[in-house]
Amino acid sequence: MKNSKRLSRRKFIKLAVSVAASGSAISCAGTISPWRFLSVEEAQIVEAICGQIIPADQDPGATQAGVVNFIDRQLVGHLRRHQKAYREGLAGVNQTSLARFGKKFVDLPAPQQTEVLTALDKNEAPGEIWQQRSAKEFFDLVVSHTMQGFYGDPRHGGNRDGVSWRMVGLSYPPIRGRLRYDLTKPAPKESA
Amino acid sequence: MALKHVNAVIIGAGAAGGIVAKELAVAGLSVVLLERGKWYSPFECRKDDLRNQRVTALGSAFGPDDERYVRVFVDANGQEHLVRPSEGNYHNNAACVGGGTFSYGALAWRYMEKDFRMRSTYGAVEGSTLEDWPISYQDLEPYYEKAEWEIGVSGDDSKNIFRAPRNKPLPMPPMPPSREHQLLRDTAELLGLHPFDAPMLRNTVPYNGRGACMRCRWCVGFACEVDAKNGTHNTVIPKALATKNCELRTECVAKEILTSAQGRVTGVAYFDANDRLQEQPADLVVVSCSATESPRLLLNSKSQLFPNGLGNRNDWVGRNLQGHAYAGAYGLFDFDVYDDLGPGASVAVCDYNHGNPGLAGGAALANEFIRLPYNFTTVRPPGAPRWGAAHKEFMRKWFKRHTAVHGPVQEMPVFDSRVQVDPKVKDYWGIPVARLSGLNHPHTLEVAKYVALKAETWLKEAGAIQTWLKMPGRGLSGGQHQAGTCRMGNDPKTSVVNKYCQVHDVDNLFVVDASVHVTNGGFNPGLTIMAVAYYASDHILTTWKDRKFR
Repeated sequence: MKNSKRLSRRKFIKLAVSVAASGSAISCAGTISPWRFLSVEEAQIVEAICGQIIPADQDPGATQAGVVNFIDRQLVGHLRRHQKAYREGLAGVNQTSLARFGKKFVDLPAPQQTEVLTALDKNEAPGEIWQQRSAKEFFDLVVSHTMQGFYGDPRHGGNRDGVSWRMVGLSYPPIRGRLRYDLTKPAPKESA
Repeated sequence: MALKHVNAVIIGAGAAGGIVAKELAVAGLSVVLLERGKWYSPFECRKDDLRNQRVTALGSAFGPDDERYVRVFVDANGQEHLVRPSEGNYHNNAACVGGGTFSYGALAWRYMEKDFRMRSTYGAVEGSTLEDWPISYQDLEPYYEKAEWEIGVSGDDSKNIFRAPRNKPLPMPPMPPSREHQLLRDTAELLGLHPFDAPMLRNTVPYNGRGACMRCRWCVGFACEVDAKNGTHNTVIPKALATKNCELRTECVAKEILTSAQGRVTGVAYFDANDRLQEQPADLVVVSCSATESPRLLLNSKSQLFPNGLGNRNDWVGRNLQGHAYAGAYGLFDFDVYDDLGPGASVAVCDYNHGNPGLAGGAALANEFIRLPYNFTTVRPPGAPRWGAAHKEFMRKWFKRHTAVHGPVQEMPVFDSRVQVDPKVKDYWGIPVARLSGLNHPHTLEVAKYVALKAETWLKEAGAIQTWLKMPGRGLSGGQHQAGTCRMGNDPKTSVVNKYCQVHDVDNLFVVDASVHVTNGGFNPGLTIMAVAYYASDHILTTWKDRKFR
């Protein structure tokens, strides 16, 4: 009786560790991830992909706007149904990158990163994972999440300081609407 | 155990249900109004561009929720998909007090006279169940007026030479024109069209004890944070409750309509906010759940006398599901068109609703509601990059220099575009879910092409340096304009309700919502749903005074 109890306890601990690992509180290298869902390495890949989808130019790009924060946060929120797609898809991006250029995705220069992403977009990416999963569907998913994170409301963790809204010429914070109605603030002075 | 008997149970506190509840309660009937969603306040507007009723990337703001609701969607290849409310093919309409009227764009159209006589006007269309309504525009005219004045409509259609005759002008003036409005209005006049200020269920001056629109850019899909958008939630439902004859029960999900051995309706079984099954007995039942949920409820109400569901002796419940095939065009300009004055849609023409050569019907054209930056990420000419530096440059360059004109194309109803009840899939409460299948009629797409080209011409005349079309696909319509699934008609063999919205073979059961629309006009359907609700309420009350449905 005592034996079987100890055994089950050991089993339990084993299980707990594997659950924690798959939940990626601990990444493969053993470093603790500051992210909610992504491992440190995965977050770097997401950041690099987003940086190609919306690159920085005279205005900040997706990386500076905190899109990786948006995606990580939503992957434990409303977008949690896409966890598996990200886990496998991000590994797939490295497979494609290694097959094409012999390097991991984050170590590639920008033009080669774009080449990898274009291959995904055309569904012509080499990599074992893409035998079971559509590369294009995964890439489309990341594109739409990147657009959401960059152009969506800052409250969800992306679009830091409303950078994208200011880029398209909208005031941030908005001058019409809430501020005008917010009774806790003094009434805005009407210019003559 | 059954609850205390009341005169009427109304299922669904949306555009129609709210009005019927008020009309009956004011006349002195005891009313229970059941609503599956919550009662939100204007403070829950949040202006969240990723989570509202139009963009549901992070869920629908005003329900239904993804956790408890599901439907089966059958695609063009016959493949079945389980779909959640935040996914497009669910064909969602909001689940909350006010229904769609809580967060709609609030265009307030009267259908035109010909919209009620589509079959007589255009003849039979092959493959379509196109038919006339059993009632005319003149029958509804006083009720349109009642909706305009009681719920509150602004605008000015005096320059619309195609409008059907009206007895009274709109109660509120239009709002001052935005830059886009002025440009499109002047251009339409140059083209010989007849532009006017589109009618809106929106306060432009203080009305009904609430203030005017502050013209923010978060309108369609959002609650109005200054409560200037008029729906049933801030007009008739509070009036119904003030009579003390009406009890509103929120978060109550109808399971089935109960019938007696004599084939009459006796009440409604529903799950309350704590998921307990309740039975509400009543003298009469009004189903106002939307064109997908109303047929679902009728089909789920089976008994020995009604083995195929209520009103479904001839297999017409759930048939003719339609919405609007939106068609139009986008244009890019070499100057700023955008001046950040909401809500966007404001200038319209009815020149293409009827009389289009060789085509049955058409659509009203108007400028589109403001597209927020995230919405604009998918507005691209064919072949333009979907990502990368060029995509970003497009955003920066064109956001303020683009505009869109489009219109809701009147659809040719199709018998096999339909709502059924799925034989296997059930929702959180164990109720069989709606199953949507079918395609748009090919002629609808021909009309759409014609209308889209007219929109493009308008934009080109306005000075657009690049334009492209926005065309609907062959996929099923529905969404927030869903209609047609419990057709109104004089012949019980080819319709579900009579011309008073009364189910043909059950005289104390009514369907009052867009389900009864025979055809759906080339317009947003909100005001017509309201007018039909006032009209049906009048009939219910006449019969009530006469013999109380007993």
